[in-house]
Amino acid sequence: MIEFAQVSKSFDGQRAVDALDLVIPQGELAVLIGTSGSGKSTTLKMINRLVEYDSGTLRFAGEDVRRFRPETLRRRMGYAIQSIGLFPHWTVEQNIATVPQLLNWPKPRIRDRVTELLTLLHLEPEQYRRRFPHQLSGGQQQRVGVARALAADPDVLLMDEPFGALDPVTRAALQDELRRIHALSGKTIVLVTHDIDEALGLAQRIVLLERGRIVQQGSPLELLTRPASDAVRDFIGRSDIGIKLLALERVAARARPGEAATGDPIAAGATLREALSAFVTRGVERLPVIDAQGRPVGTLHFADLLPPAP
Amino acid sequence: MSRRPQGWPKTLRRWACTPLSCSLAALLALTLGMPALRPLFAALFPELDRPIYQQDSFAALVLAHVSLVAASSAVAIVAGSVLGLAVCRPAGRAFRPLLESLLAMSQSFPPVAVLAVAAPLIGFGEAPALIALVLYGVLPIAQGTLAGLDAVPAATREVAQGLGFAPWQALWRVELPLAAPVILAGVRTSVVINIGTATIASTVGAKTLGSPIIVGLSGFNTAYVIQGAVLVALLAICCDQLFERLQRRLSAWQPTEGAAAETAPPPSAGH
Ligand SMILES: Nc1ncnc2c1ncn2[C@@H]1O[C@H](COP(=O)(O)OP(=O)(O)O)[C@@H](O)[C@H]1O
Ligand SMILES: [Mg+2]
Repeated sequence: MIEFAQVSKSFDGQRAVDALDLVIPQGELAVLIGTSGSGKSTTLKMINRLVEYDSGTLRFAGEDVRRFRPETLRRRMGYAIQSIGLFPHWTVEQNIATVPQLLNWPKPRIRDRVTELLTLLHLEPEQYRRRFPHQLSGGQQQRVGVARALAADPDVLLMDEPFGALDPVTRAALQDELRRIHALSGKTIVLVTHDIDEALGLAQRIVLLERGRIVQQGSPLELLTRPASDAVRDFIGRSDIGIKLLALERVAARARPGEAATGDPIAAGATLREALSAFVTRGVERLPVIDAQGRPVGTLHFADLLPPAP
Repeated sequence: MSRRPQGWPKTLRRWACTPLSCSLAALLALTLGMPALRPLFAALFPELDRPIYQQDSFAALVLAHVSLVAASSAVAIVAGSVLGLAVCRPAGRAFRPLLESLLAMSQSFPPVAVLAVAAPLIGFGEAPALIALVLYGVLPIAQGTLAGLDAVPAATREVAQGLGFAPWQALWRVELPLAAPVILAGVRTSVVINIGTATIASTVGAKTLGSPIIVGLSGFNTAYVIQGAVLVALLAICCDQLFERLQRRLSAWQPTEGAAAETAPPPSAGH
């Protein structure tokens, strides 16, 4: 869907992106991560031509992005950023309707789409559609920002630290939302973050950038188990790689089915990291596991947290 | 009375009590009813033979004053906002420092000086007055336009571009509406100042509410000065209040003080 081949971009003689090779297939949720100034935003903005690249080729849907009119290209890609940038003089409804309106959708279709998106993002349509941005909390504003990016059903969603300004609880909720939307819609999503936990939790592919170059790319599991260098290990957080590995897997995958145990149960959908926490705080070695309906499905032993021997 | 629908006497009362309608009523009453105040002025200034200015009717003076201000302000609004917009576009950005120093410079010129220079060149009458008023009117409007456009958050601009607005669409639908309250504040300043400056225009022969003031000053007739000055002041107040209403309407989307509590998010969707 998006292919970078030897793409470079300099600002005032300084390489911001340096001979980047990256392929993001259709439907993938790719996360660009790196320290501040590593070229994440520049990489993202080259995709929708907010920044024009200097050399190499950058293709979208098989065609050089320069073959598209910038407005046409951008209307096919949702765009959401950290500071949200909702238009303060427009209501929630008008904000979400931005791109459909630019595309001249008929009014009833726009209205239905707004209702659908507000519902999707858990904002009660009749309660919120006529509010102005300043009448919303930060989390609600970002929901509207995401809804606006999704409005015209774009092929690609570009997000630049979309949850960066939110408190941890709101951020976790919106990350869940994004995971759900991705699973539901199968959209190609490119997300920029500097938060390794966000990247590990959301990404199918993590692309770690440093000074405009890719240091390593791969699945969260690959990055955790086979970091390419000490620099990568440091970035991930050397001391808690094990904890982060546990966060990637669910209790259901390690529980012993059919076995019963007593005590407070843990949900099958919880991560092994949460299970570890439960073992330690409760001082037990076995946890009964229940499914989403509350039915017992097995038992997790403390020893099950260790990775199965190869 | 009691059988009337409850709604409209209330609206009527609300209208009758606004500062704007009060000032408008005072302006209208004084414009038409100044001759009726003859006993008052005669009592205040017993030494004057003619205590009420009568060379022109006050209605004609107000009308002439308003037309002069309206014409010059219309030109100033167009010129000022176009200038301000032009130097904020990529093509005109190079000229911004030039415009800013021109604006700063012209601010230090008193309007009387402009009139004094313009009158011998163009002749007496409305033309030099119009030129001086336009020059002074452009200033706050261009500044307001610059300040208004500058105040549009960079993130809002970037998102507008990133969502696929063409540059002129972003300008027209996002930047200008957001800048509008500040631009309008500039227009308000410009027009209100022009109402005052138009008074001086009568020194070069334009007929305005300045005429009784100038005649009064040169003929030691304080009553004329007061009559002209009070009407100019009322006109300026009306205009200012009109703009205040307009501004409030244009910035209806902005958070107002005390609105914060009302907008506290319901816990349901705030997670
Ligand atoms: N518009 C610009 N003009 C000049 N330099 C820029 C511009 N945008 C980015 N840069 C520079 O390019 C480098 C990469 O920036 P960016 O892609 O924004 O990094 P990140 O998003 O990873 O923090 C930085 O050194 C930054 O200073
Ligand atoms: Mg950035």
